[in-house]
Amino acid sequence: MTVYAAASLSEAFEDLATEYESANPDVDVKLNFAGSARLAAQISAGARADVFASANAATMSRVVAEGRTATPPVLFARNRLALVVPIDNPGNVTGLEDLSDDGLVLAVCAPEVPCGALARAVLLDAGVNPDADTEETSVRAVLTKVTLGEADAGLVYTTDVAAGGDKVASVPLGPQIRFNDYPVAAVSDRAAAADFVDFVLGPDGQRILLSHGFDSP
Amino acid sequence: MTDRPASKEPNRRPPIAILMMAVIAVTVLALPLVGLLQRTPWSSLGTTLGEAATLEALRVSVVVSLLAAALSVALGLPLAWVLARLSFRGRALVRAVVLLPMVLPPVVGGIALFFALGRRGLVGRALHNWFGLDTLIGTTAGAVIAAAFVSMPFFVITAEAGLRQLDPRLESAASTLGAGRWTVLRRITLPLLAPSLAAGATLSWARALGEFGATITFAGNHPGRTRTLPLAIAQANEAGQPEAAIAMSVLLIGVSLLILIGLRHRWIAPRTSQPDDSPKSSPS
Repeated sequence: MTVYAAASLSEAFEDLATEYESANPDVDVKLNFAGSARLAAQISAGARADVFASANAATMSRVVAEGRTATPPVLFARNRLALVVPIDNPGNVTGLEDLSDDGLVLAVCAPEVPCGALARAVLLDAGVNPDADTEETSVRAVLTKVTLGEADAGLVYTTDVAAGGDKVASVPLGPQIRFNDYPVAAVSDRAAAADFVDFVLGPDGQRILLSHGFDSP
Repeated sequence: MTDRPASKEPNRRPPIAILMMAVIAVTVLALPLVGLLQRTPWSSLGTTLGEAATLEALRVSVVVSLLAAALSVALGLPLAWVLARLSFRGRALVRAVVLLPMVLPPVVGGIALFFALGRRGLVGRALHNWFGLDTLIGTTAGAVIAAAFVSMPFFVITAEAGLRQLDPRLESAASTLGAGRWTVLRRITLPLLAPSLAAGATLSWARALGEFGATITFAGNHPGRTRTLPLAIAQANEAGQPEAAIAMSVLLIGVSLLILIGLRHRWIAPRTSQPDDSPKSSPS
C-alpha cells in the first residue's frame, strides 16, 4: 500500500506506518513524501497512490475535483506556522517584522504549497510584506536551507522545528490564530486504504500525531 | 573499384529489422512530445504565453542560459586546450571529473554547489568572510553558476574533440613561417576550430536552457531572478495549472528544437563528409 503524504508529515507518518504494519503484518506501507501540491499533481495524473494526506483542504480539493478520491476527505491534524533561524541566528531575527530587511536571506514556501498559503496569510495579518529570496515547493526544502545556514530565516510549520534538530531555533511568534487543517482520504478502493485512514483518525493515530506536535483539528 | 557496385547492390535495401527498431526508438522519444502537443490548448496559447509571469520566466531563462554558455566558453576553452594538447598524469581523471555533471543528477550538483559556494561552504565561507559576498540564493548569479555547472561539460567535450581533429601541421607551418604563439592561436587555431566552438557553445546553451535541478536546489526559486521557464513549468504543474505548464513547455520545446536544428545544419552537417550528405540539401 502506498501512502502519499505532505512533507511536513514525514516523521509522524513514518511512526504511523510502523505502528500500522505491526498491527497488520500482512500490509506493507510505502511512504511518499513531497510538497502537497506535487503529490496532488501526481495523483491527478494517475499515480498509483492508495492514500493521500494533504497539508490543507485546498490542495486535497484538487484531487477530489479530478474524481480521484475513493472516500470523502476527513480532517485529521492541525498545524501552525513557525519562524526558524539557524541556531546562531546570524540575522538577529526576533520576529516577523525583521523579515522585511532586504539584507536578510529569507526562504518561504511557494504560494501554491499549503505552507506558503499559510505563511502568506500570517504575514498579511502582521502587516509584513517581505521579498523572499526563494520560494520552495516543499516546507522541508525551506527547513533544509535554514539548517544549512544558507538562509537566515524560514517560515515552516511548528512541527518542522523538531526535524531541524540542534541546527535550528524557532523564534516565538506569539498566539497564532491561523492554522492549516490536514485532510486525509483513500485514493484507491483497496480495503487497506480505508483501514489506514481509519487508523490515522483513530486514538492510536491521533496519539502519534500529537506526539509529533500536531494538534487535533 | 570493379566489384564495388556489385557488392553494394544487395545492401541497397536496409534490413527491415533495423528499420523497425529505429522506428520504435523514434516513437519512444517522440511520443511524449506528441502527447503534450495534442493536449496543448492552442486557442489560449497566446494568452498564456503573453502573461507577465511567463514573459518574466522567459527573460530569466534567456539571460541565465546565455550567461552560462558564455561562462562555459570562457572557462571551457582553455580547459579543452589543456585536455587536448597537454599530456600529464591524471588527465583521464580530470576529464572524468569535468564530464561528471553530464551524468550526475542535477540536484546532486545543486547540493554539491551549496557545500562549495554556499555561505558555509568550502570556498563560499572564505568569500563570505573576506569579500562580504552574501548568499547566491535567489540571485541570477547563482542561477548562472548552477546552469554553467551542468552545461560546461558539453562545451568542453565538443571543443576538445575539435582540437584533436585539427591538423597540427597547419599550426607548425604557421610558426615555421614566423608567426608567434598567439598569432597562431588567433589566426590559425581558433578559425579552424570555429565550427566546433560554435557547436559546443550552442549545445551548452541548449543544456543551460533546460536546466532545472541544480538551479532550484542551489539558486532557489525567485521570480525575475532565478525562476527560469523550467522552474515556472514545474511550479505551474504542481499548482494545478496544467494549461500554463503545457503552454510554457511548448515554448521551451520550440526554442530548444530551433537551437538543435540550427546546430545540425549550420555547424555539423557541412563538416561531415558522407557522400549522401551534401551541404545545403536537407536530409529527410
